[in-house]
Amino acid sequence: MAEFLNHLVFGIYPYIALSVLAIGSVIRYDREPYSWKSGSSQLLRRKQLMVGSLCFHLGVLIIFFGHLGGLLTPIELFDAMGISHGVKQTLAIVVGGIAGIFAFFGATLLLHRRLFDPRIRRSSSFSDIAILFLLWLQLVLGLATIFVSLDHLDGHEMVKFMSWARGIFTFQADASSFVMDVHPVFKAHLFLGLTIFLVFPFTRLVHMFSAPVRYIWRSGYQIVRSKKAAL
Amino acid sequence: MSHLLDRLNFFSKTKAPYADGHGITTSEDRRWEDGYRKRWQHDKIVRSTHGVNCTGSCSWKVYVKGGIVTWETQQTDYPRTRPDLPNHEPRGCSRGASYSWYIYSANRVKYPLIRSRLVRLWRKARETMEPVAAWKSIVEDQAKRDSYTKIRGHGGFIRAAWDEVTEIIAASNAYTAKKYGPDRVIGFSPIPAMSMVSYAAGSRYLSLLGGTCMSFYDWYCDLPPASPMTWGEQTDVPESADWYNAGFLMLWGSNVPQTRTPDAHFYTEARYRGAKSVVVSPDYSEAAKFSDMWLHPKQGTDAALAMAMGHVILREYHLDRQAEYFEEYARKYSDMPMLVRLVEKDGHFIPERLLRASEFKDNLGEKENAEWKTVAFDELSEKIVVPNGTIGSRWSEKGKWNLEEKETDGNDTKLKLTNILDGDHDTVVDVAFPYFGNREHDYFKGTDHPDTLIRRVPARNVKLAKGGVLVASVYDLFMANYGLDRGLGGENIASDYSENEPYTPAWAEQITGTPADQIITVAREFADNAEKTNGKSMVILGAGLNHWYHMDMNYRGIINLLIMCGCIGQSGGGWSHYVGQEKLRPQTGWQPLAFALDWARPPRHQNSTSFFYAHSDQWRYETLDVDEILSPTAPEGEMSGSLIDFNVRAERMGWLPSAPQLKTNPLEVAKAARDAGKEPKDYVVDGLKSGDLKLSCHDPDDPANWPRNMFVWRSNILGSSGKGHEYFLKHLLGTEHGVQGKDLGEMGHKKPEDVVWHDEAPEGKLDLVVTLDFRMSTTCVYSDIVLPTATWYEKNDLNTSDMHPFIHPLSAAVDPVWESKSDWEIYKAIAKKFSEIAPEVLGEEEDVVMTPILHDTPGEIAQPMDVQDWKTGDVEPIPGKTMAQISVVKRDYPNLYKRFTALGPLMENVGNGGKGIAWKTKEEVEHLKELNGVVTEEGPTKGMAKIESDIDATEVILMLAPETNGEVAVKAWEALEEFTGREHAHLALPKEDEKIRYRDVVAQPRKIISSPTWSGIESEKVCYNAGYTNVHELIPWRTLTGRQQLYQDHLWMRAFGEGFCVYRPPIDTKAVKPMLDRAEGQEHVVLNFITPHQKWGIHSTYTDNLLMLTLSRGGPIVWMSEVDAVKAGLVDNDWVEAFNSNGALVARVVVSQRMKEGTLFMYHAQEKIVNVPGSPITGQRGGIHNSVTRAILKPTHMIGGYAQQSYGFNYYGTVGSNRDEFVIVRKLADVDWLDGEKDRLHPDDMEAAE
Repeated sequence: MAEFLNHLVFGIYPYIALSVLAIGSVIRYDREPYSWKSGSSQLLRRKQLMVGSLCFHLGVLIIFFGHLGGLLTPIELFDAMGISHGVKQTLAIVVGGIAGIFAFFGATLLLHRRLFDPRIRRSSSFSDIAILFLLWLQLVLGLATIFVSLDHLDGHEMVKFMSWARGIFTFQADASSFVMDVHPVFKAHLFLGLTIFLVFPFTRLVHMFSAPVRYIWRSGYQIVRSKKAAL
Repeated sequence: MSHLLDRLNFFSKTKAPYADGHGITTSEDRRWEDGYRKRWQHDKIVRSTHGVNCTGSCSWKVYVKGGIVTWETQQTDYPRTRPDLPNHEPRGCSRGASYSWYIYSANRVKYPLIRSRLVRLWRKARETMEPVAAWKSIVEDQAKRDSYTKIRGHGGFIRAAWDEVTEIIAASNAYTAKKYGPDRVIGFSPIPAMSMVSYAAGSRYLSLLGGTCMSFYDWYCDLPPASPMTWGEQTDVPESADWYNAGFLMLWGSNVPQTRTPDAHFYTEARYRGAKSVVVSPDYSEAAKFSDMWLHPKQGTDAALAMAMGHVILREYHLDRQAEYFEEYARKYSDMPMLVRLVEKDGHFIPERLLRASEFKDNLGEKENAEWKTVAFDELSEKIVVPNGTIGSRWSEKGKWNLEEKETDGNDTKLKLTNILDGDHDTVVDVAFPYFGNREHDYFKGTDHPDTLIRRVPARNVKLAKGGVLVASVYDLFMANYGLDRGLGGENIASDYSENEPYTPAWAEQITGTPADQIITVAREFADNAEKTNGKSMVILGAGLNHWYHMDMNYRGIINLLIMCGCIGQSGGGWSHYVGQEKLRPQTGWQPLAFALDWARPPRHQNSTSFFYAHSDQWRYETLDVDEILSPTAPEGEMSGSLIDFNVRAERMGWLPSAPQLKTNPLEVAKAARDAGKEPKDYVVDGLKSGDLKLSCHDPDDPANWPRNMFVWRSNILGSSGKGHEYFLKHLLGTEHGVQGKDLGEMGHKKPEDVVWHDEAPEGKLDLVVTLDFRMSTTCVYSDIVLPTATWYEKNDLNTSDMHPFIHPLSAAVDPVWESKSDWEIYKAIAKKFSEIAPEVLGEEEDVVMTPILHDTPGEIAQPMDVQDWKTGDVEPIPGKTMAQISVVKRDYPNLYKRFTALGPLMENVGNGGKGIAWKTKEEVEHLKELNGVVTEEGPTKGMAKIESDIDATEVILMLAPETNGEVAVKAWEALEEFTGREHAHLALPKEDEKIRYRDVVAQPRKIISSPTWSGIESEKVCYNAGYTNVHELIPWRTLTGRQQLYQDHLWMRAFGEGFCVYRPPIDTKAVKPMLDRAEGQEHVVLNFITPHQKWGIHSTYTDNLLMLTLSRGGPIVWMSEVDAVKAGLVDNDWVEAFNSNGALVARVVVSQRMKEGTLFMYHAQEKIVNVPGSPITGQRGGIHNSVTRAILKPTHMIGGYAQQSYGFNYYGTVGSNRDEFVIVRKLADVDWLDGEKDRLHPDDMEAAE
């Protein structure tokens, strides 16, 4: 039973979550382009927002790219570069920990503001409050994993997650077995992470896709949209 | 295809660079832009306006999207006027821009509403009875009547069907007409110009019924009695564009940016053009920012300021040096050369009435109306002459009524202004002038000058048919009144401005607190500019001056300045009184429709101030004794009694209208007369003489004399203009109230002489109160039936203003939503129902209608010399001469609806007219038959022009009015030519072919056509300005002398000391002292209660509008100075209670340094239905601004039968002043929202919720 559940949550659920994320986002982008926004409440109240938002985004971006790199970079690459699992684990704990505290501090401020500033509260949808709460909870879980990780600084647990992630993306049917016996806090963290993917298209998180990264290498300062129909 | 796929264009080169790569052209999807385009795409955009009493008359675009009115913006397509004049637009303000909120708001009246108790009684009665009998069974049973009248204002409305409520209303009207008389059905609706057809709907129904249309302009205290006194004209003023032509512009007691927002730009532009600007306002108002110089006299002392300025101007421009323009103007256009009789009293002389031709041997050769022809000395012949243009000439020989410098016998003349030169006068006499500035007042400073100021005046002996008399010119008396030393010796005069004599600047400084040097500077510059520009000095004045009890003095003080500087009738100069008078430009075309003059004449009109004073029983609490306002120079004679006695005498002598008129039903009077074999006219005269018939005014509290049904439409009388609000609630409505004072009986004071006193005052005179409104106003809350009317975006109508010369429409952007209907359709429905049920008790009836002696009719020259009352046996009662005119009008009740919807035969047979002239309208009636179609149905109206829809009604107005039909304009000018003997038609001939139709004004506002109804002209060369045709076309003013009348010689004017303008301090209403003990032991302050016009509403409209509430403080507020706040221990935003013996109100206080110490502002008409807690004093919710006021009549406004001082509906008469009131202000210790269960009046009160 435990095995089946484990397979369901960490073997099948990831595909459901990622599919909904991808297809849902595309549909939303096409059907409801006006809803595609970050939904900033800065005009309503700046208080708490500037500090909270900056800390949160700074922290979360580091964590995001940390997870991305940490989980999806082939383990052979680390080995080839001579980075031991222990070093990687320590790096993850230190950088992730600091960034996590930043993000947690920011998210707490934002959540407090969203719940207790009457003006913000009145103009928030259920999804606005729910996603912020989920992110805050995920940060709590993420930080909680540090205490477990401190018990196995050699990084062997971490390798399990890397294998799992790799397994998912390489369609290995038994990918879930890698995380069968990890500490429950990791499982909770993973599950919530997948769930955030799942709800992603239904929340303001879609603004991640529209981060104006291209602005950095934009060509031309004045943009004229041609009257000719798009090709 | 897909937003996402469109973006996947990495392989296609869609970006074409340009400008060296600094710019790129992309071809990404642009459909998102449609969102922004659709924001301003609408199903339709419709022209309408806001039919609200603000004189703005701004044309608006109303946007409709998906059948819903989304918003509105200002129209910008007014026709251009002249190249050198700024455009009129944009017109509109934030209040108008918030209007569409109402349409779909929770406060919208959506269905016909009725008190549940009333409808239950009705349904029960109707099971067994016919409608009129059913109504009778309810109102004649005291318990049943009380069950719904005593809970007025306490909720309990339920929805009802149109058919049922119109039947109840019709039954009530029919019952009242049958039982008491149709004149007991009254209707109150103000300012026709804001939506003419909607006004006319109700007034047409009432007029066909024989009901009474109530006046508003006087009741609002917006009528300045000084205007009819001086010019014989209600109010005629320059359009706002003419401010631009002024060289010196004063703003006095008016707050242009706040209350004339759409016109304020002209003020700014006038300043750019170089006009000097002086603003006079006790508080630092929004207007003060316009000023080069801001004068802030103590509130209510403006007359003192004006008198001192007059003193300076007369000294420097008339006496020490005679400015040629001023002197000629005074000679030709004012009564200054006319001669006044001087009579002896108490050892010196007092000015009596103007000398008349009739007093000379052979009437100085005058054949007709010699009693009404005033005389003057001629400079050329040194003889006494009768100049052209007097009122006697107006109504006798044709062609002599003009201002040419001619005698009536055709010789040239140059009237002599003064007899100051040694050879000119026979003697110099001591003349007494009254002085009121020394009277005691707790809150106004006086000086210690004597009651009568004796001044030396050059006089001449004149031989009359019987003996001789001493006379002086108005000019010489006028100079003496101003206290100017002319080298004749004597006391109470000044040759130096720093002397403390009335009316020097030094004297005025003591009264007003305005430094003398500022007064001198302003006066000098005002006159200097006028002299250089031939009168282009202008004063914009308003409610700040006119709402005081002695408003005439404030106004006449300023009018004097304008006339002494020749400013009246000159573009860029003159008297700009902008207080709610919304000029009804096509007035003469509208009157037949509105008062059903096409079917029956005369209609019943009543002056509201006297009416409400009597019928809300405010007279029972009167605190002002006539002695307190009587002049020390009052002529010998009986002037006893209380204020209501004076009003009763005025009604008796035919001066003021009187409704209800007779204690007996006027429908019965005619019958009784026929039975007695007499003409109704004789029957009434005999009956009044013998006492068999009684005038209602002698006993307003007798149930036979009560008003019974009241319609209110286009108005919020209880929430806005109802001075003495708590008295209205107590006596007229009979519900819970907050009256604190005791009546004369309880106080043991002297009771009126001519009015019956009942120890038990009636409570609840009205059987039925019906209000038509689109929003649930305070008045609706107190009504028995509320009818949902169309908003200003849901009906077709017309709108004009005095602020600009254009006529433009209200038009329906959407159909009336929910179950609402336009006023026109509502009254049509009531008329239809009435016709159906009338036969139960009424058929064709004869109605005896009594009308006062009316201004601008030949009858206005009725009582030339003394005041003679037939009741005392001085004279015989002669209808139209010594008493009201009596007419018999035929009513056809079963055909009332048919009459309502067709243009009656009198237009074809008799014609139309206004302001003393008349013309035929046969052609116009034919045009209307073609335009509107004719009635095809069999019956009394077959073949007549239809007036079925509201648009049909607009066409009637436009077709008949000279202002909108060039042919009629030419006819009207030609009619006037008969009187003046001069050619005037050139003013309209270029537009003879122009006929403005409803669809024309929907397309674009149209400029109206010059007409003799008004004293200004529409022209390519000048802006509209009042008095223009008097000065430039030599058409006399419609006064006794035919000139601008500076001396008011009627006996009552002299008795009350207002022959000439004097300073009179505010009256003591004595409302504070009896209540001071209620504030004992608590910090409080006593303040003058001032109710200016506000920024967040137009009267009460918009004050319950969420958008405007958000811009203010979301509920009632009062303003107070920082000094007063400290005295009462208040800080900004505290809840306060303000109270006196009239009642109490609660509001939040705004503490501001812009306020003058000693005053409390409560911006007029903040609804008591939003965010208003209870008052501890009254135990009632709120109180409204009028809860602490009470109307007090002024006898001089009752004068009638005397040329310009003759009654006209909304034209002359008593006015409802309210600024002399004081209140006690203290912090509201406990804010009680009265949310809990109240002790119910009746245990079954909850049934409303069923």
